[in-house]
Amino acid sequence: MRQQHDVAQLGMWVFLATEVLFFGGLILSYCVYRSAYPAAFAEAARHTKIIIGAANTAVLLTSSFLVAWAVAIVKLRQSRFAAVLLWGAGVLGVIFLVLKGIEYGMEYDEHLLPGLDFFYPGEQARAVGLFFSFYIVATGLHAIHVAVGIVVLGVIGARARQRAYSDAYHSPVTVAGLYWHFVDMVWIFLFALIYLPGRSG
Amino acid sequence: MSAPRNYLTEDNRLRSWFFTTDHKRVAVLYFASITLFFFIGGAAATLIRLELINPQGHLVTSDVYNRLFTLHGVIMVWFFLIPSIPNTIGNFIVPLMIGARDLAFPRLNLASWYLFMAGGLTTLYAMFAGGVDTGWTFYTPFSTMYSNGYVVLAVTGVFIAGFSSILTGLNFIVTIHRLRVPGLTWYRLPLFLWSLYATSVILVLATPVLAMTLLLVALDRAFGIGIFDPARGGDPLLFQHLFWFYSHPAVYIMILPGMGVVSELIAVYSRKEVFGYKFVAWSAIAIAGVGFFVWGHHMFVSGQSPFAGLVFSFMSFIVAVPSAIKVFNWTATMHKGWIRYDAPMLYALGFIGLFTMGGLTGLFLACLAYDVYVTDTYFVVAHFHYIMVGGMVTAYFGGLHYWWPKITGRLYPEYWARAAAILIFFGFNMTFFPQFILGIEGMPRRYHVYPPEFQVWHVLSSAGASILAVAYALPLFYLGWSLFFGARAGANPWQATGLEWQTTSPPPKHNFEGTPIVKRKPYDFTVKGKARAQNA
Repeated sequence: MRQQHDVAQLGMWVFLATEVLFFGGLILSYCVYRSAYPAAFAEAARHTKIIIGAANTAVLLTSSFLVAWAVAIVKLRQSRFAAVLLWGAGVLGVIFLVLKGIEYGMEYDEHLLPGLDFFYPGEQARAVGLFFSFYIVATGLHAIHVAVGIVVLGVIGARARQRAYSDAYHSPVTVAGLYWHFVDMVWIFLFALIYLPGRSG
Repeated sequence: MSAPRNYLTEDNRLRSWFFTTDHKRVAVLYFASITLFFFIGGAAATLIRLELINPQGHLVTSDVYNRLFTLHGVIMVWFFLIPSIPNTIGNFIVPLMIGARDLAFPRLNLASWYLFMAGGLTTLYAMFAGGVDTGWTFYTPFSTMYSNGYVVLAVTGVFIAGFSSILTGLNFIVTIHRLRVPGLTWYRLPLFLWSLYATSVILVLATPVLAMTLLLVALDRAFGIGIFDPARGGDPLLFQHLFWFYSHPAVYIMILPGMGVVSELIAVYSRKEVFGYKFVAWSAIAIAGVGFFVWGHHMFVSGQSPFAGLVFSFMSFIVAVPSAIKVFNWTATMHKGWIRYDAPMLYALGFIGLFTMGGLTGLFLACLAYDVYVTDTYFVVAHFHYIMVGGMVTAYFGGLHYWWPKITGRLYPEYWARAAAILIFFGFNMTFFPQFILGIEGMPRRYHVYPPEFQVWHVLSSAGASILAVAYALPLFYLGWSLFFGARAGANPWQATGLEWQTTSPPPKHNFEGTPIVKRKPYDFTVKGKARAQNA
């Protein structure tokens, strides 16, 4: 059992390495264009909804905390409480997606979503369009990861409620936790790249 | 008396195959699938060579020709070469070599086959519904804006198959780290596993970048998000950087497993320990590592900074060092060995020769000044076919013959196998050597109408291709024959030392009775070592 736990964890770490390179390709492209069009990217970033973005960051960080808590106590035969924590994290994930949806809606109304409806007056229109292309691809892919995570947390929470996990066997919780923390980390990077440029001073 | 139960006879209902989690059966599924893709890609190559016999190109139109070489490239790269050795031989042999009952994640392994097939069939559909005319490289902005073909669908297929690659790589890494039997330390691992480990690292780290790149291409084409569109401020060159960041390491995904197979073959048929084992092992890791920093040599004429070109050129030369270590160590292994020329050894020797040719011409191309001269000519085509086909496909056939008795429990007919090996070697050289000359003379790749003075070399190449086609079809027949009528193979027909030879052929469902224990180095052919092998 110990070996199985070990194997599952290593598998998840390798998978996360893949994910790092996946988002890495996208973030690299973003950086290339940001260094090519610094002024336009700063201007574009000021059109993002930083209040929602910041709230969402808090929501995800809190959910990550709940998951970490659940991982810590699932070994201690507190399965019912662990289930509550996991579901709580899942609910926060749903809140994140709802807020994100509201944000997309607002941006759609402002004609800021390339591919769907993009119109931007001003000289920087092209590069602002590029910024929002990255915005929608990056946050969209992240949202898909969040959605997958919510399902996983739901299932694992249900299994925890049935007392499926113990000191000897709890690798699904640990592994799902790793994944959820990763999704959280990606968001922290995206938050800095998308919402913060052009807002200082 | 009926033969003892093995993984093949365990349960023969169709569903037991399609829902199997046995790594050996998944390997067989892969064998069947990639053979299919190999012959589809080969059929396209045949049409290409037929077309090029005539300088005016009367057989197909230019548009169809473009679609043919795209089909050939896409199918051969992603649906034959990349999965070839890892997903078939690797899937079958890795757990056996380390004494495990299965891979670390058996269900994930099966899932990866389904992903592979889903991707393959999607791409095939795109190819036959109308085709793609971009070449296998999907260069922007042609692919995103101008191409008249099923780009999004083809790219989706490759994207899906990419996940199959990633899952396989992940499975191998975890398996090799965690499931080795007691006593099997890293430096006692057969070199095949070192190569597969290096390959898996590339699969896991490079493939996601391709996935992201293709996703952006698809979104750009379908929704016009403009990331690679210069009219919207995007940069088509960025695509090339991202694409080659995957696709150059992908070359090592294709060749490293072949090097691993050849290391096994040379040792067994020379009955000697591999010369400089640690160097051969670490050179695989070095190739994988350095391979991530050479992609710019595909872009010497793209307008990238000359300083970047200089660095990429230098790094490309560096790759030659670990590659040369391997070649020299294989030959040193044979020195004063007790060499037997069984068919797998003939393939291994062919590999060394052809890979050396491919590798040395690679140095020409790594050289900035010379590359400018031969960029996008047949010189490049010949170079990478020497590596991919002369190297990888030859190694694949060598490995297939070597492990055939283990996989099927039958011996292949030696005479025919040797004939095919020799025929492949000569057919291959006749097909591709003239292409070096064509390239130096200035024949650009991907053209189907060309000046008549090139015709003689094209005809020679096409004649060679017809020999090659026969030679590649031969194993299909005699291996098929041996499946039913071949002599029964014992557990260890080659007197090899690997753990995979210590179980019956074909192996039982769970590979080993009890857990084997390893007490010696991988290629210990001394009498003492042999005695231990039999008692283990």
